[in-house]
Amino acid sequence: MSATADALGLEAPPGPPPAPQRGALRRLWKNPAAAIGATILALILVIGLAAPLLTPINPGEINPVYRNKKPGTEETVRRADGTKTTITHWMGTDSLGRDIYSRVVYGARASLLVGAAVAVISIAIGLFIGLVSGYIRWLDAIAMRVMDGLMAIPAILLAIAVVSLSKAGLAAVIIAIVVPEIPRVVRLVRSVVLSIREEPYVEAAISVGTPTPLLLVRHVLPNTIAPLVVQGTYIAASAILIEAILSFLGVGIPPETPTWGNIMAEGRTLFRVFPHNILYPGIFLALTVLAVNMLGDGLRDTLDPRMSKRL
Amino acid sequence: MLAYIGKRLLATIPVMAVVAVFVFAMLRLTPGDPAAIIAGAAATSQDIADIRTKLGLDRPIVSQFFVWIGRMFTGDFGESFFFKKQVAELIAGRIEPTLMLATTTMILSIAVAVPLGVLAAWKQGTWIDRIVMGFSVLGFSVPVFVIGYVLIFVFSIELQWLPVQGYQPLSEGLWGCLVRLVLPSVTLSVIYIALIARITRTSVLEVLGEDYIRTARAKGLTNVVVLMRHALRNAAVPIVTVIGIGIALLIGGVVVTESVFSIPGLGRLTVDAVLARDYPTVQAVILLFSLVYVLVNLLVDLLYTFLDPRIRY
Repeated sequence: MSATADALGLEAPPGPPPAPQRGALRRLWKNPAAAIGATILALILVIGLAAPLLTPINPGEINPVYRNKKPGTEETVRRADGTKTTITHWMGTDSLGRDIYSRVVYGARASLLVGAAVAVISIAIGLFIGLVSGYIRWLDAIAMRVMDGLMAIPAILLAIAVVSLSKAGLAAVIIAIVVPEIPRVVRLVRSVVLSIREEPYVEAAISVGTPTPLLLVRHVLPNTIAPLVVQGTYIAASAILIEAILSFLGVGIPPETPTWGNIMAEGRTLFRVFPHNILYPGIFLALTVLAVNMLGDGLRDTLDPRMSKRL
Repeated sequence: MLAYIGKRLLATIPVMAVVAVFVFAMLRLTPGDPAAIIAGAAATSQDIADIRTKLGLDRPIVSQFFVWIGRMFTGDFGESFFFKKQVAELIAGRIEPTLMLATTTMILSIAVAVPLGVLAAWKQGTWIDRIVMGFSVLGFSVPVFVIGYVLIFVFSIELQWLPVQGYQPLSEGLWGCLVRLVLPSVTLSVIYIALIARITRTSVLEVLGEDYIRTARAKGLTNVVVLMRHALRNAAVPIVTVIGIGIALLIGGVVVTESVFSIPGLGRLTVDAVLARDYPTVQAVILLFSLVYVLVNLLVDLLYTFLDPRIRY
């Protein structure tokens, strides 16, 4: 549980930016897109974390009597001490009688966790490869050919292929989404490194004998932070979408785990009669990805004005 | 120019080689002996050994790789574990629906996105611009299968204007085929439209500040002529580049869309093959899709000289 919270914490706006960016957080808040995105995202995060408080119903509980109920159906439950309470299935139930609302609320956890984990892991790996290959020329040639090859395989296809290699599960899904994202990070880092390498202060640092690892960490690394924060939010957005797609296709996180993709996959067969199984998680999924994308656009505009010109 | 084409063609070889190594490694990394899987449950150890020799699995791994590549070039992708058919034959039977879906989506996307992007750039800062850009962010955020189901719900179930799912081969009539492709193409085109409209706007905006646009306006040319002939022409290179890169999105979308609309194409085949752990099929499909992606982008590179005569190789 606390591991979930830790990982989710990374989804929040990034920590203190490097010195010249001071005041960026305040500027970010003034950007309407970023402010709306951050607010929605915070709300989804609270929903995910407070899931047990928001719903009295276990998201995995199968109820054969209340299968395929329309949204708003009321159910009377007899407690162990004999008292009766009425619970309402706000979003209806699925074909196993599980409460959709509970599953949607708990599903926020999986999406945010995957988004944050994929962003952090792919940036960590991509940053390392990019920094090293941007500075060691013979390695650069090899690394870039490998990255070109990986980029030639469409992301969803690559993710499906990687996931098919092992038993389906959260870790496998995260790795499968990380692999196609790495080349994009490597290219970004490398392009920053190549432009920084020629700067006078880097030449000065080399001339006073700064060892390469120190040079990379102290002088080159800080320049990559702003573009990587922006890239990281976009990666998180696409990771959340790809996770949902993998679950939906039946190759992702095991179906009993409440994820938005899984709820929709379960609702596929009876879609014509009970569209709510797909509608509600779909709305939450789209809203979350939209929020992350808006936050990314806001970050891009405030942290990296040059990049916003490019696209 | 010819030298350039040759150089670019050669440059695709290392890219495809990396893809091939990756795809080959995939089969090697999987648990289980492919020979035993092909032989089936009733096979004796002699049968398995025979299949192993036939497939070259008893040879060193590097030579296996080259044997495997060599067979690819002759169109032999092996036999599907699951469908018990030659993979090449299997793929050939699934190409038409995917090709039709991709083509209609591409035409629809370009026809809608380019004018939208130009309009947004021309009306920069107005409500039209904001709506187009808002749609673009939204298009990136709504998952393709949600769009598909919403469209099915509205147009097939509630209004009953269009068939729900399925595919009809082109040979059984153009109309029936196209009618069934309307919803899948619209579904698939949303993300592609978002991408192309966005880059068109940026690219045209950059060009609109140029001197020759002012000159064209000063000559008294109409807005449409200025935008289409002068602005769009000069903004074409980034747009075409993004259309090429977007093929990756399109291929990913095909896999999902075909599942939503029950279209028996290559995307559906990929999902079925992965679910059945049918690795020879998965390998072949990934190689094929990657090759298409690489070739389309090669074509885009070559198109630059036609779009912008200033570019010389």
